[in-house]
Amino acid sequence: MSIPQLLVHDKSDNVGVVVVEGVESGAELLCVVTGDNSDFKLTAKQDVPIGHKIALTDLAEGDTAIKYGTDVGRIVAAVAKGEHVHTHNLKTKRW
Amino acid sequence: MSTNQTFYGYRRENGRVGVRNYVAILPVDDISNAACESVAANIHGTLALPHAYGRLQFGADLELHFRTMIGTGSNPNVAACVVIGIEPEWTQKIVDGIAETGKPVTGFSIEQHGDIATIAAASHAAKDFVHMTSGQQREECSIADLWIAAKCGESDTTTGLASCPAVGNMYDKWIPDGIYGCFGETTEITGAEQLCAARAATPEIGEKFMRVWQAYQDEVVEAYKTSDLSDSQPTKGNIAGGLTTIEEKALGNLEKIGKEVSYIDVLEPAETPAQGPGLYFMDTSSAAAECNTLQAAAGYVVHCFPTGQGNIIGNPIMPVIKITGNPRTVRTMSEHIDVDVSGVVRREMTIPQAGDALIDMIIQTANGRLTAAEALGHREFVMTKLYRSA
Repeated sequence: MSIPQLLVHDKSDNVGVVVVEGVESGAELLCVVTGDNSDFKLTAKQDVPIGHKIALTDLAEGDTAIKYGTDVGRIVAAVAKGEHVHTHNLKTKRW
Repeated sequence: MSTNQTFYGYRRENGRVGVRNYVAILPVDDISNAACESVAANIHGTLALPHAYGRLQFGADLELHFRTMIGTGSNPNVAACVVIGIEPEWTQKIVDGIAETGKPVTGFSIEQHGDIATIAAASHAAKDFVHMTSGQQREECSIADLWIAAKCGESDTTTGLASCPAVGNMYDKWIPDGIYGCFGETTEITGAEQLCAARAATPEIGEKFMRVWQAYQDEVVEAYKTSDLSDSQPTKGNIAGGLTTIEEKALGNLEKIGKEVSYIDVLEPAETPAQGPGLYFMDTSSAAAECNTLQAAAGYVVHCFPTGQGNIIGNPIMPVIKITGNPRTVRTMSEHIDVDVSGVVRREMTIPQAGDALIDMIIQTANGRLTAAEALGHREFVMTKLYRSA
Protein backbone atom coordinates (compact mmCIF):
# COMPACT_ATOMS: atom_id res chain seq x y z
CA MET A 1 0.00 0.00 0.00
CA SER A 2 1.18 3.54 -0.70
CA ILE A 3 2.19 5.63 2.29
CA PRO A 4 -0.90 7.44 3.62
CA GLN A 5 -0.90 11.14 4.46
CA LEU A 6 -3.82 10.96 6.89
CA LEU A 7 -4.83 8.28 9.39
CA VAL A 8 -8.27 7.81 10.94
CA HIS A 9 -8.72 5.57 13.99
CA ASP A 10 -12.33 4.49 13.56
CA LYS A 11 -14.89 4.41 10.75
CA SER A 12 -17.21 6.65 12.80
CA ASP A 13 -14.56 9.39 13.32
CA ASN A 14 -15.17 12.82 11.79
CA VAL A 15 -11.53 13.98 12.14
CA GLY A 16 -8.28 12.39 10.95
CA VAL A 17 -4.57 12.94 11.70
CA VAL A 18 -1.95 14.20 9.23
CA VAL A 19 1.03 11.83 9.51
CA VAL A 20 3.48 13.38 7.04
CA GLU A 21 5.27 16.72 7.01
CA GLY A 22 4.49 19.43 4.49
CA VAL A 23 0.77 18.97 3.73
CA GLU A 24 -0.33 22.11 1.86
CA SER A 25 -3.71 23.46 0.85
CA GLY A 26 -4.98 21.68 -2.27
CA ALA A 27 -3.06 18.47 -1.62
CA GLU A 28 -4.97 15.28 -2.30
CA LEU A 29 -4.50 13.00 0.72
CA LEU A 30 -4.59 9.22 0.83
CA CYS A 31 -6.51 8.49 4.02
CA VAL A 32 -6.48 5.12 5.79
CA VAL A 33 -8.80 3.97 8.58
CA THR A 34 -6.57 1.97 10.94
CA GLY A 35 -9.51 0.10 12.42
CA ASP A 36 -10.39 -1.74 9.19
CA ASN A 37 -7.63 -0.74 6.72
CA SER A 38 -10.14 0.88 4.35
CA ASP A 39 -8.98 3.97 2.48
CA PHE A 40 -10.39 7.07 0.77
CA LYS A 41 -9.21 10.37 -0.73
CA LEU A 42 -9.64 13.85 0.75
CA THR A 43 -8.43 17.27 -0.41
CA ALA A 44 -6.73 19.46 2.24
CA LYS A 45 -8.24 22.97 2.24
CA GLN A 46 -5.45 24.48 4.38
CA ASP A 47 -1.77 23.87 5.16
CA VAL A 48 -1.79 21.43 8.11
CA PRO A 49 1.30 20.39 10.14
CA ILE A 50 2.17 16.77 10.89
CA GLY A 51 0.16 15.43 13.84
CA HIS A 52 -2.67 17.93 13.42
CA LYS A 53 -6.25 17.06 12.55
CA ILE A 54 -8.37 17.62 9.44
CA ALA A 55 -12.18 17.51 9.31
CA LEU A 56 -13.50 14.57 7.29
CA THR A 57 -16.88 16.23 6.89
CA ASP A 58 -18.41 19.69 7.34
CA LEU A 59 -18.80 20.37 11.08
CA ALA A 60 -21.09 23.03 12.58
CA GLU A 61 -20.72 24.93 15.84
CA GLY A 62 -22.06 22.70 18.61
CA ASP A 63 -21.21 19.44 16.86
CA THR A 64 -19.17 16.79 18.65
CA ALA A 65 -15.74 15.85 17.32
CA ILE A 66 -15.35 12.06 17.14
CA LYS A 67 -11.96 10.32 17.27
CA TYR A 68 -11.27 6.73 18.39
CA GLY A 69 -15.04 6.41 17.82
CA THR A 70 -15.41 8.54 20.96
CA ASP A 71 -16.37 12.11 21.92
CA VAL A 72 -13.21 14.26 22.06
CA GLY A 73 -14.83 17.70 22.45
CA ARG A 74 -17.20 20.34 21.10
CA ILE A 75 -16.82 22.22 17.80
CA VAL A 76 -16.89 25.94 18.72
CA ALA A 77 -16.52 27.44 15.22
CA ALA A 78 -17.76 25.97 11.94
CA VAL A 79 -15.17 23.98 10.03
CA ALA A 80 -15.46 22.70 6.45
CA LYS A 81 -14.41 19.28 5.21
CA GLY A 82 -10.66 19.36 4.55
CA GLU A 83 -9.92 22.19 7.00
CA HIS A 84 -7.62 22.20 10.05
CA VAL A 85 -9.29 21.21 13.37
CA HIS A 86 -7.50 22.44 16.49
CA THR A 87 -7.79 24.81 19.45
CA HIS A 88 -9.35 27.57 17.28
CA ASN A 89 -12.46 25.49 16.55
CA LEU A 90 -12.48 22.55 19.01
CA LYS A 91 -12.74 22.72 22.82
CA THR A 92 -12.84 20.20 25.63
CA LYS A 93 -16.17 19.47 27.32
CA ARG A 94 -14.35 18.84 30.61
CA TRP A 95 -12.72 22.08 31.77
CA MET B 1 6.31 -15.28 20.82
CA SER B 2 7.46 -14.78 24.36
CA THR B 3 6.85 -17.77 26.60
CA ASN B 4 10.42 -19.04 26.88
CA GLN B 5 12.21 -15.69 26.72
CA THR B 6 14.94 -14.94 29.24
CA PHE B 7 17.32 -12.14 30.13
CA TYR B 8 20.37 -11.77 32.35
CA GLY B 9 19.74 -9.92 35.60
CA TYR B 10 20.90 -9.58 39.20
CA ARG B 11 18.93 -11.79 41.57
CA ARG B 12 18.57 -10.12 44.97
CA GLU B 13 18.35 -11.48 48.50
CA ASN B 14 14.53 -11.27 48.48
CA GLY B 15 14.14 -13.07 45.13
CA ARG B 16 13.43 -9.99 43.05
CA VAL B 17 15.59 -9.36 39.97
CA GLY B 18 17.36 -6.11 39.07
CA VAL B 19 18.64 -5.04 35.67
CA ARG B 20 21.15 -2.54 37.07
CA ASN B 21 23.56 -2.84 40.00
CA TYR B 22 23.75 0.54 41.71
CA VAL B 23 25.22 1.46 45.07
CA ALA B 24 22.83 4.29 45.93
CA ILE B 25 23.68 7.18 48.26
CA LEU B 26 20.23 8.24 49.45
CA PRO B 27 19.52 11.48 51.32
CA VAL B 28 16.68 11.41 53.84
CA ASP B 29 16.16 15.15 53.37
CA ASP B 30 17.14 18.13 51.21
CA ILE B 31 19.92 19.35 53.50
CA SER B 32 21.71 15.99 53.28
CA ASN B 33 22.07 16.21 49.49
CA ALA B 34 25.50 17.86 49.75
CA ALA B 35 26.95 15.04 51.88
CA CYS B 36 25.49 12.39 49.56
CA GLU B 37 26.91 14.09 46.48
CA SER B 38 30.32 14.33 48.18
CA VAL B 39 30.31 10.61 48.97
CA ALA B 40 29.38 9.82 45.35
CA ALA B 41 32.21 12.08 44.17
CA ASN B 42 34.65 10.29 46.50
CA ILE B 43 33.71 6.73 45.61
CA HIS B 44 33.43 5.64 41.98
CA GLY B 45 30.61 3.24 41.22
CA THR B 46 28.11 4.98 43.51
CA LEU B 47 25.09 7.10 42.66
CA ALA B 48 23.75 10.01 44.74
CA LEU B 49 19.98 10.60 44.59
CA PRO B 50 19.47 14.24 45.60
CA HIS B 51 15.89 15.53 46.03
CA ALA B 52 14.06 18.53 47.40
CA TYR B 53 12.11 17.36 50.48
CA GLY B 54 12.09 15.44 53.76
CA ARG B 55 11.76 18.16 56.39
CA LEU B 56 8.66 18.88 58.52
CA GLN B 57 6.37 16.74 56.42
CA PHE B 58 3.51 15.09 58.29
CA GLY B 59 0.59 12.71 57.92
CA ALA B 60 -0.10 11.14 54.54
CA ASP B 61 2.59 13.32 52.93
CA LEU B 62 5.24 12.03 55.34
CA GLU B 63 4.08 8.46 54.83
CA LEU B 64 4.49 8.96 51.08
CA HIS B 65 7.97 10.39 51.65
CA PHE B 66 9.06 7.35 53.65
CA ARG B 67 7.40 4.98 51.16
CA THR B 68 9.25 6.66 48.27
CA MET B 69 12.61 6.68 50.09
CA ILE B 70 12.36 3.09 51.33
CA GLY B 71 10.98 1.93 48.00
CA THR B 72 13.79 3.57 46.07
CA GLY B 73 16.45 1.96 48.24
CA SER B 74 14.60 -1.37 48.05
CA ASN B 75 14.34 -1.35 44.23
CA PRO B 76 16.13 -4.43 42.84
CA ASN B 77 18.21 -2.20 40.55
CA VAL B 78 19.91 -0.99 43.76
CA ALA B 79 22.46 -3.56 45.00
CA ALA B 80 23.32 -1.71 48.22
CA CYS B 81 22.41 1.60 49.80
CA VAL B 82 23.98 4.23 52.05
CA VAL B 83 21.39 6.49 53.70
CA ILE B 84 22.34 9.94 55.02
CA GLY B 85 20.00 12.24 56.96
CA ILE B 86 20.32 15.19 59.30
CA GLU B 87 18.70 13.35 62.24
CA PRO B 88 19.29 9.75 63.33
CA GLU B 89 15.66 8.68 63.91
CA TRP B 90 14.20 9.16 60.40
CA THR B 91 17.52 7.97 58.91
CA GLN B 92 17.24 4.71 60.85
CA LYS B 93 13.58 4.30 59.87
CA ILE B 94 14.57 4.35 56.19
CA VAL B 95 17.57 2.04 56.78
CA ASP B 96 15.30 -0.44 58.59
CA GLY B 97 12.75 -0.33 55.78
CA ILE B 98 15.36 -1.04 53.10
CA ALA B 99 16.98 -3.74 55.28
CA GLU B 100 13.80 -5.82 55.01
CA THR B 101 14.91 -6.71 51.47
CA GLY B 102 18.05 -8.31 52.91
CA LYS B 103 20.36 -6.10 50.85
CA PRO B 104 23.39 -4.31 52.35
CA VAL B 105 22.29 -0.94 53.79
CA THR B 106 23.63 1.41 56.42
CA GLY B 107 22.83 4.93 57.62
CA PHE B 108 24.61 8.05 58.87
CA SER B 109 23.24 11.18 60.51
CA ILE B 110 24.93 14.54 60.28
CA GLU B 111 23.74 16.32 63.44
CA GLN B 112 26.54 16.59 66.04
CA HIS B 113 29.03 15.13 63.55
CA GLY B 114 29.08 17.67 60.72
CA ASP B 115 29.31 17.09 57.00
CA ILE B 116 33.03 16.27 56.84
CA ALA B 117 33.11 13.46 59.43
CA THR B 118 29.85 12.06 58.05
CA ILE B 119 31.16 12.09 54.48
CA ALA B 120 34.33 10.30 55.62
CA ALA B 121 32.45 7.56 57.48
CA ALA B 122 29.84 7.15 54.74
CA SER B 123 32.56 7.04 52.06
CA HIS B 124 34.21 4.08 53.82
CA ALA B 125 30.85 2.27 53.93
CA ALA B 126 30.11 3.13 50.29
CA LYS B 127 33.53 1.82 49.22
CA ASP B 128 32.90 -1.47 51.06
CA PHE B 129 29.52 -1.78 49.29
CA VAL B 130 31.15 -1.16 45.90
CA HIS B 131 33.59 -4.01 46.56
CA MET B 132 30.77 -6.27 47.79
CA THR B 133 28.53 -5.67 44.76
CA SER B 134 30.64 -4.74 41.75
CA GLY B 135 31.73 -8.31 41.07
CA GLN B 136 28.22 -9.74 41.14
CA GLN B 137 27.38 -11.74 38.02
CA ARG B 138 24.19 -11.53 36.03
CA GLU B 139 22.25 -14.79 35.82
CA GLU B 140 19.66 -16.06 33.38
CA CYS B 141 16.15 -15.09 34.51
CA SER B 142 12.67 -15.57 33.12
CA ILE B 143 11.00 -12.50 31.65
CA ALA B 144 8.36 -13.17 34.32
CA ASP B 145 10.90 -11.63 36.74
CA LEU B 146 10.52 -8.25 35.00
CA TRP B 147 8.44 -5.46 36.50
CA ILE B 148 7.77 -3.04 33.63
CA ALA B 149 6.10 0.33 34.17
CA ALA B 150 4.77 2.70 31.51
CA LYS B 151 3.98 6.38 31.22
CA CYS B 152 3.78 8.61 28.14
CA GLY B 153 4.93 12.22 27.80
CA GLU B 154 5.06 15.17 25.40
CA SER B 155 2.38 13.18 23.64
CA ASP B 156 0.92 14.05 20.29
CA THR B 157 -1.52 12.36 17.95
CA THR B 158 1.09 9.81 16.86
CA THR B 159 1.31 8.60 20.46
CA GLY B 160 -2.20 7.16 20.25
CA LEU B 161 -1.56 5.79 16.74
CA ALA B 162 1.78 4.06 17.26
CA SER B 163 3.94 4.34 20.40
CA CYS B 164 1.25 3.79 23.08
CA PRO B 165 -0.29 0.86 21.14
CA ALA B 166 3.24 -0.64 20.93
CA VAL B 167 3.44 -0.61 24.75
CA GLY B 168 -0.10 -1.98 24.96
CA ASN B 169 0.84 -4.80 22.60
CA MET B 170 3.83 -5.65 24.82
CA TYR B 171 1.53 -5.84 27.87
CA ASP B 172 -0.98 -7.99 25.94
CA LYS B 173 1.85 -10.40 25.11
CA TRP B 174 3.78 -10.40 28.40
CA ILE B 175 1.24 -9.89 31.21
CA PRO B 176 -0.12 -13.42 30.56
CA ASP B 177 3.48 -14.65 30.94
CA GLY B 178 3.67 -13.31 34.49
CA ILE B 179 5.30 -9.86 34.39
CA TYR B 180 4.14 -6.98 36.58
CA GLY B 181 2.90 -3.90 34.69
CA CYS B 182 1.94 -0.41 35.87
CA PHE B 183 0.26 2.65 34.43
CA GLY B 184 -0.91 5.82 36.19
CA GLU B 185 -1.48 9.53 35.35
CA THR B 186 -4.78 10.03 37.17
CA THR B 187 -5.83 13.38 35.64
CA GLU B 188 -4.70 12.40 32.21
CA ILE B 189 -7.31 9.65 32.09
CA THR B 190 -9.96 12.39 32.06
CA GLY B 191 -12.20 11.84 29.04
CA ALA B 192 -11.47 8.11 29.05
CA GLU B 193 -12.22 7.41 32.73
CA GLN B 194 -15.26 5.26 32.01
CA LEU B 195 -13.29 3.22 29.47
CA CYS B 196 -10.50 2.88 32.04
CA ALA B 197 -12.92 1.80 34.78
CA ALA B 198 -14.28 -0.84 32.41
CA ARG B 199 -10.77 -2.29 31.97
CA ALA B 200 -10.53 -3.26 35.66
CA ALA B 201 -10.53 -6.99 36.40
CA THR B 202 -13.65 -6.65 38.58
CA PRO B 203 -16.36 -3.99 39.03
CA GLU B 204 -15.01 -3.37 42.57
CA ILE B 205 -11.54 -2.53 41.22
CA GLY B 206 -13.14 -0.28 38.59
CA GLU B 207 -15.06 1.52 41.35
CA LYS B 208 -11.82 1.94 43.30
CA PHE B 209 -10.26 3.56 40.21
CA MET B 210 -13.24 5.90 39.82
CA ARG B 211 -12.99 6.96 43.50
CA VAL B 212 -9.30 7.82 43.06
CA TRP B 213 -9.97 9.67 39.79
CA GLN B 214 -12.92 11.61 41.28
CA ALA B 215 -10.96 12.46 44.44
CA TYR B 216 -8.31 14.26 42.37
CA GLN B 217 -11.02 16.21 40.53
CA ASP B 218 -12.75 17.21 43.78
CA GLU B 219 -9.87 17.65 46.21
CA VAL B 220 -7.15 19.08 43.96
CA VAL B 221 -8.56 20.47 40.69
CA GLU B 222 -11.62 22.10 42.29
CA ALA B 223 -9.65 23.30 45.32
CA TYR B 224 -6.78 24.94 43.47
CA LYS B 225 -7.87 25.86 39.95
CA THR B 226 -7.79 29.54 38.98
CA SER B 227 -9.60 29.20 35.64
CA ASP B 228 -9.42 25.71 34.21
CA LEU B 229 -6.68 23.25 33.33
CA SER B 230 -6.54 24.22 29.66
CA ASP B 231 -3.15 25.91 30.09
CA SER B 232 -1.66 22.71 31.53
CA GLN B 233 -3.66 19.81 30.11
CA PRO B 234 -3.01 19.36 27.24
CA THR B 235 0.48 20.85 27.55
CA LYS B 236 1.82 23.42 25.09
CA GLY B 237 3.92 20.63 23.57
CA ASN B 238 0.85 18.41 23.18
CA ILE B 239 -0.95 21.25 21.38
CA ALA B 240 2.05 21.92 19.13
CA GLY B 241 1.87 18.24 18.26
CA GLY B 242 -1.79 18.45 17.28
CA LEU B 243 -3.61 17.26 20.42
CA THR B 244 -6.49 19.63 21.13
CA THR B 245 -8.42 18.37 24.17
CA ILE B 246 -7.85 16.31 27.31
CA GLU B 247 -10.36 13.74 26.02
CA GLU B 248 -8.29 13.20 22.87
CA LYS B 249 -5.09 12.98 24.92
CA ALA B 250 -6.64 10.51 27.40
CA LEU B 251 -7.84 8.15 24.69
CA GLY B 252 -4.33 8.02 23.22
CA ASN B 253 -2.81 7.57 26.68
CA LEU B 254 -5.04 4.59 27.46
CA GLU B 255 -3.77 2.77 24.35
CA LYS B 256 -0.76 1.93 26.57
CA ILE B 257 -2.68 -0.81 28.37
CA GLY B 258 -3.41 -2.79 25.25
CA LYS B 259 -6.61 -4.45 24.19
CA GLU B 260 -6.82 -7.61 26.29
CA VAL B 261 -5.34 -7.26 29.78
CA SER B 262 -7.22 -5.96 32.81
CA TYR B 263 -5.68 -4.19 35.80
CA ILE B 264 -5.93 -6.11 39.04
CA ASP B 265 -5.52 -3.37 41.65
CA VAL B 266 -5.38 0.39 42.20
CA LEU B 267 -2.19 1.41 44.04
CA GLU B 268 -1.43 4.38 46.25
CA PRO B 269 1.51 6.48 45.00
CA ALA B 270 4.75 4.42 45.40
CA GLU B 271 2.81 1.44 46.82
CA THR B 272 4.36 -1.95 46.03
CA PRO B 273 1.93 -4.23 44.20
CA ALA B 274 0.77 -7.09 46.42
CA GLN B 275 -1.74 -9.02 44.31
CA GLY B 276 0.80 -11.01 42.28
CA PRO B 277 1.76 -10.69 38.62
CA GLY B 278 -0.46 -8.53 36.43
CA LEU B 279 -1.20 -4.96 35.42
CA TYR B 280 -1.72 -2.29 38.11
CA PHE B 281 -3.05 1.28 38.03
CA MET B 282 -1.16 3.69 40.32
CA ASP B 283 -2.57 7.04 41.46
CA THR B 284 0.12 9.42 40.14
CA SER B 285 0.70 12.83 38.71
CA SER B 286 0.98 12.99 34.93
CA ALA B 287 4.29 14.88 35.24
CA ALA B 288 6.90 12.44 33.97
CA ALA B 289 9.57 12.69 36.67
CA GLU B 290 7.04 12.46 39.52
CA CYS B 291 5.25 9.47 37.99
CA ASN B 292 8.44 7.60 37.09
CA THR B 293 9.95 8.17 40.55
CA LEU B 294 6.82 6.69 42.18
CA GLN B 295 6.84 3.68 39.85
CA ALA B 296 10.53 3.00 40.57
CA ALA B 297 9.81 3.30 44.31
CA ALA B 298 7.06 0.68 43.91
CA GLY B 299 9.70 -1.74 42.61
CA TYR B 300 9.51 -1.45 38.82
CA VAL B 301 12.88 -2.09 37.16
CA VAL B 302 12.30 -1.11 33.51
CA HIS B 303 10.20 1.72 32.11
CA CYS B 304 8.55 2.13 28.70
CA PHE B 305 7.99 5.76 27.77
CA PRO B 306 6.09 6.56 24.55
CA THR B 307 6.59 10.12 23.34
CA GLY B 308 5.37 12.07 20.35
CA GLN B 309 7.01 15.51 20.42
CA GLY B 310 10.08 14.24 22.29
CA ASN B 311 10.10 14.08 26.10
CA ILE B 312 13.70 13.52 27.23
CA ILE B 313 13.00 12.11 30.73
CA GLY B 314 15.17 9.55 32.51
CA ASN B 315 15.39 8.11 36.01
CA PRO B 316 18.49 7.48 38.11
CA ILE B 317 17.77 3.85 39.04
CA MET B 318 15.23 2.62 36.44
CA PRO B 319 16.16 2.59 32.73
CA VAL B 320 13.57 4.52 30.70
CA ILE B 321 13.07 3.24 27.14
CA LYS B 322 11.87 5.94 24.76
CA ILE B 323 9.48 4.97 21.95
CA THR B 324 8.16 7.29 19.26
CA GLY B 325 5.92 6.98 16.23
CA ASN B 326 6.50 10.54 15.04
CA PRO B 327 8.80 10.59 11.98
CA ARG B 328 9.67 14.26 12.56
CA THR B 329 10.80 13.54 16.14
CA VAL B 330 12.89 10.61 14.86
CA ARG B 331 14.53 13.06 12.45
CA THR B 332 15.04 15.96 14.87
CA MET B 333 15.72 14.16 18.21
CA SER B 334 17.08 10.74 17.29
CA GLU B 335 19.57 10.71 20.17
CA HIS B 336 16.65 10.43 22.61
CA ILE B 337 14.82 7.58 20.88
CA ASP B 338 15.43 3.89 21.66
CA VAL B 339 12.60 2.39 19.58
CA ASP B 340 11.44 3.98 16.32
CA VAL B 341 7.91 2.83 15.47
CA SER B 342 7.21 5.59 12.92
CA GLY B 343 6.77 2.81 10.37
CA VAL B 344 3.31 2.35 11.93
CA VAL B 345 2.06 5.70 10.62
CA ARG B 346 3.51 4.91 7.18
CA ARG B 347 1.65 1.55 7.35
CA GLU B 348 5.01 -0.19 6.89
CA MET B 349 4.89 -1.70 10.40
CA THR B 350 1.97 -3.30 12.22
CA ILE B 351 1.19 -2.73 15.91
CA PRO B 352 2.24 -6.34 16.75
CA GLN B 353 5.55 -5.70 14.95
CA ALA B 354 5.98 -2.47 16.92
CA GLY B 355 5.28 -4.44 20.12
CA ASP B 356 7.94 -6.98 19.14
CA ALA B 357 10.48 -4.21 18.46
CA LEU B 358 9.80 -2.86 21.96
CA ILE B 359 10.07 -6.35 23.50
CA ASP B 360 13.45 -6.79 21.83
CA MET B 361 14.63 -3.45 23.25
CA ILE B 362 13.33 -4.32 26.74
CA ILE B 363 15.38 -7.53 26.71
CA GLN B 364 18.47 -5.69 25.47
CA THR B 365 17.95 -3.04 28.16
CA ALA B 366 17.41 -5.65 30.87
CA ASN B 367 20.63 -7.34 29.74
CA GLY B 368 22.50 -4.10 30.35
CA ARG B 369 22.24 -1.96 27.19
CA LEU B 370 22.10 1.67 28.30
CA THR B 371 19.00 3.55 27.17
CA ALA B 372 19.24 6.88 25.35
CA ALA B 373 18.27 8.65 28.58
CA GLU B 374 20.97 6.79 30.56
CA ALA B 375 23.65 7.53 27.95
CA LEU B 376 22.65 11.20 27.96
CA GLY B 377 22.81 11.40 31.77
CA HIS B 378 19.11 11.92 32.53
CA ARG B 379 18.56 11.15 36.23
CA GLU B 380 15.35 13.00 37.06
CA PHE B 381 14.33 12.03 40.61
CA VAL B 382 11.34 14.01 41.85
CA MET B 383 9.35 13.37 45.00
CA THR B 384 5.58 13.77 44.93
CA LYS B 385 4.51 16.29 47.58
CA LEU B 386 0.87 16.11 48.70
CA TYR B 387 0.69 19.47 50.55
CA ARG B 388 2.80 22.12 52.28
CA SER B 389 5.06 21.01 55.11
CA ALA B 390 4.22 21.95 58.69
